[in-house]
Amino acid sequence: MTPLPAYLLLSSLLFSIGLAGALTRRNAILVLLGIELMLNAANLNFIAFWRYGMEPEAITGIMFVIFSIAVAAAEAAVGLALIISIYRHYKTVNLDKVDELKG
Amino acid sequence: MNLTFAILAALTVVSAIAAMSLRNLVHCALCVAVTFGGLAALYLKLGAPFVGWAQVLIYVGAVAILIVFAILLTRSDAPAQPVVSKSWVAGIAVALLVFGVLTRAVMTSEITIQQPPAKPEPTVLKIGTELMTRYVLPLEATGLLLTAATIGAVIIALQEPVSKRKNVAGSSNTEQAGGASPAPNPPIPGGHV
Repeated sequence: MTPLPAYLLLSSLLFSIGLAGALTRRNAILVLLGIELMLNAANLNFIAFWRYGMEPEAITGIMFVIFSIAVAAAEAAVGLALIISIYRHYKTVNLDKVDELKG
Repeated sequence: MNLTFAILAALTVVSAIAAMSLRNLVHCALCVAVTFGGLAALYLKLGAPFVGWAQVLIYVGAVAILIVFAILLTRSDAPAQPVVSKSWVAGIAVALLVFGVLTRAVMTSEITIQQPPAKPEPTVLKIGTELMTRYVLPLEATGLLLTAATIGAVIIALQEPVSKRKNVAGSSNTEQAGGASPAPNPPIPGGHV
């Protein structure tokens, strides 16, 4: 059986990859994908801690992940609708060009 | 660390890196679907089959398709530009810093349990019972949130009304609307959805 730190390291690696993508990519859809990756890394942590925790009979970790998946799906739908709306307005999804709020 | 975990972890990490670094957006979407699938397999391996299959249904099924549609709808034929933004060095540095901090925190923590306790049985029956008793209020709130998100997404992505657009869009449409009678259906720039 794989030890718990292996799952935690995998999760932090996924989180860092998602963070790097969200911070460096110019396309808004890729930024949203990076955020989804970070959410999934957090979900993996929840499941791993539930499995290796002291009381696996309390299924709190699983419940948290179920609600997290539901909220992430809603977030993806609204985020992609916003990106489509931005594209219609600016004719681009390049985040370096969408800078009208820049001071 | 056994072989299954190594294979699944390598698949997940490699496809995640590919999803964040490839140039073609459709390839990125496919790679991220592979990442979600690898995570679902990890959930199954950890003994949470309900969450694993929910991940397959929602992420691999719904979110990946949604992303592919968004990529198709926002495709522009602009000349190829660098895929990363100007401040990519700072972004990579921040990500590496976060990874270093997390790794150090995991390595120096006092996680001494090497073997997990006896394999629990999170049956769907138990999950359903908990959802309907202890977690019924969050469940209702999630339903409300999903309804609101669906309506909100439709409203945001909906075409703006023509009259409103004339005021907002300004120069390009006011010339067309300057005639005696406004055209019943003037061409809307970019409104091909």
